[in-house]
Amino acid sequence: MKAKIIITPKKAVVDPQGKTVQGALEHMGYKGVTGVHVGKYIEIDLAPGTDPATAQRALNDAAHKFLSNPIIEDYRLEIE
Amino acid sequence: MNFAVLQFPASNCDQDAIHAVRLLGHSARYVWHKDNSLGDADAVIVPGGFSYGDYLRCGAIARFSPVMQAVKQFADNGGLVLGVCNGFQVLTEAGLLPGALVRNRDLQFHCEHIFLKPATSDSPFTNKIPAGKILRIPIAHGEGCYFADEETLAKLKSNNQILWQYCDANGNLTDTANPNGSLLNIAGVCNERRNVAGLMPHPERASEEILGSADGRLIFESMIAALQNKPVAKAA
Repeated sequence: MKAKIIITPKKAVVDPQGKTVQGALEHMGYKGVTGVHVGKYIEIDLAPGTDPATAQRALNDAAHKFLSNPIIEDYRLEIE
Repeated sequence: MNFAVLQFPASNCDQDAIHAVRLLGHSARYVWHKDNSLGDADAVIVPGGFSYGDYLRCGAIARFSPVMQAVKQFADNGGLVLGVCNGFQVLTEAGLLPGALVRNRDLQFHCEHIFLKPATSDSPFTNKIPAGKILRIPIAHGEGCYFADEETLAKLKSNNQILWQYCDANGNLTDTANPNGSLLNIAGVCNERRNVAGLMPHPERASEEILGSADGRLIFESMIAALQNKPVAKAA
């Protein structure tokens, strides 16, 4: 069982990494790229038999308090 | 006065901070990140460096260390806390200061002297800075771009919580004088209660002429003056 947390910069925060990658993609000839946002991906291994609802609650708490900074980042949590 | 200088794994400006305080004739000692108490500290300095390797986000892990719980309590009791560079990042992550520090807009690590305009003398961190004085102090960071949402910025302005801003040699707040893209050229802020402050530049690295500038002393002298004029609660 795994939890996947995808963290992205908030739209209001300037994302120089995303802009630089976007510029490079354009320079390489890739067309139609209208935005690039560079974030983080965290994969957490969970003990077999973990209750998904309990894990969801606990990891939402951890993501809000620690794994992401809500001032500058958004996150998405998936458990599978 | 007794200054407590925190030490996290990979703090690297702790010795400079101790030296700067002792130069001014006051005592300073290290407090290890696993300690639960600040002892008899009158003020706390959260120094620069790369605490816990800057893993996850700068300051994100340090804020959960035992010593930071003591710092929170100390700040809640009105104690003076100054965060420098990584220390500023730790204090924002801990929620003791508003906003966040993100990657410099040009993605470069900046290690250079900059000019700082004190925005107010009304704080325990700026009261000894002469009116109109522009400070020349070094910066050394990759993630120093100050960000806060519009509501927070408006509050910082109306409460006079912006303490230092990047400027040119004449004190103009220009975009070219802004080394990292910080909103409103913000280099340092304080909390609403004005007893906790943080800044990205390193005053301890500009504390005597042999270092190229002694302007940073004014910030420590301000803290000392504030402590001498108005004794604050000692650490538990």
